Amino acid sequence: MDGIADMGGTPGWGPVQPPKKNEPVFAEPWQGRAFALAILSNRVSGGNLDSFRHALERLDRAAYLEEGYYGRWLNAGELRLLDSAILAPAAVDARARNLRGEHVEEPPIPEPAKPDYAPTAEGTLRSIDTAPAFGVGEHVRAKDMSPPGHTRLPRYVRGHVGVVDIVQPAGVLPDTNAHFLGENPQYVYSVRFDSHELWGADAESFDLTVELFESYLDATS
Amino acid sequence: MTTTSGPDETLPAALRTEALEQLLTERGLIDPKMIDGIITTYETNVGPLNGAKVVARAWTDPEYRRRLLEDGTAAIKELGFGGFQGEHIVVVENTPTTHNVVVCTLCSCYPWPVLGLPPGWYKDPAYRARVVKEPRAVLSEMGLDLDDDVQITVRDSTSEVRWLVLPERPAGTEHLTEQELVPLVTRDAMVGVAKVAAP
Repeated sequence: MDGIADMGGTPGWGPVQPPKKNEPVFAEPWQGRAFALAILSNRVSGGNLDSFRHALERLDRAAYLEEGYYGRWLNAGELRLLDSAILAPAAVDARARNLRGEHVEEPPIPEPAKPDYAPTAEGTLRSIDTAPAFGVGEHVRAKDMSPPGHTRLPRYVRGHVGVVDIVQPAGVLPDTNAHFLGENPQYVYSVRFDSHELWGADAESFDLTVELFESYLDATS
Repeated sequence: MTTTSGPDETLPAALRTEALEQLLTERGLIDPKMIDGIITTYETNVGPLNGAKVVARAWTDPEYRRRLLEDGTAAIKELGFGGFQGEHIVVVENTPTTHNVVVCTLCSCYPWPVLGLPPGWYKDPAYRARVVKEPRAVLSEMGLDLDDDVQITVRDSTSEVRWLVLPERPAGTEHLTEQELVPLVTRDAMVGVAKVAAP
């Protein structure tokens, strides 16, 4: 889906941050706990890496941006818990208010509805019997599609032609795995694009590679 | 989720984190010790020092360097590093004429086993949005001015490939040992937004 998370090439973010020396891993204690809780929340709700990324992708602008990276992880973790009915909507909100001294009634615990999902192996790499559809050096076009569910095809490469640079191992297809509709493993290609193909004649000159699943690509004739 | 009850009120993330931890703990779904364990792992055990050891080995052992560029995951595993977010690491080499820089425009994918959790600038929307469109300008803002004849390749790690940049060994370090080189290697150089400086 075309959510806030798909940031490549989008305008208006201002200058980049220069790197800081000795930046702490977690600037504030809650950030470390939110990071760990997000990982554990996704596990408790029966999710996978792709369903977690899809939760991040579904956050609204405020939930994604306002409290930074760990804020967005916290919010995606909570969204996964709501998806699987481990928590009731507003349960976290009510508890937070009670923690700061308000007296708010907390919603009852719902009947959990976790997805019927088990990975076929650890991680996302898979071995498949078929041969890759595209070879190194071959021209390919990224599909110009905007699927309603999860995808790892960024908007800024859609419709553009590149060259296969590396055939990577096969991996679980996020587009179906995020929705517990099967792993559908397929080859991943590092596709090399010329900057002028992506951004026009006046762009800076450089190359860019991006990993694209086989079903994101069409042959060019 | 950002929750509001009353107009314009969003409860602070720190408070919502505490609430969520309490709700899951009291139902026995998590153990706070698991949280402490994850934090300790990423604050103390896993960080860019791992990647620096890989780079220093590659700088001093041509045979290791060859293996690293051929199969990064296997060569990195030789030094004991691997696992979650490092299942498939591809290493690319920066040279005086070619420069690789890594980003993840869709989230903040990063090779955790060798670099730890990503720094703030890597997760910042400005970096994610801009480095795929104007890398030379972005690198310059970050303090790295590349000559016009240097070929830049931006690596957008949208899928399960994790990129690690093998930076150039700085001139004047020929006499240093592998162990002496390790502290020179920075996280920023292994992402491709800086070069390694001689001591």
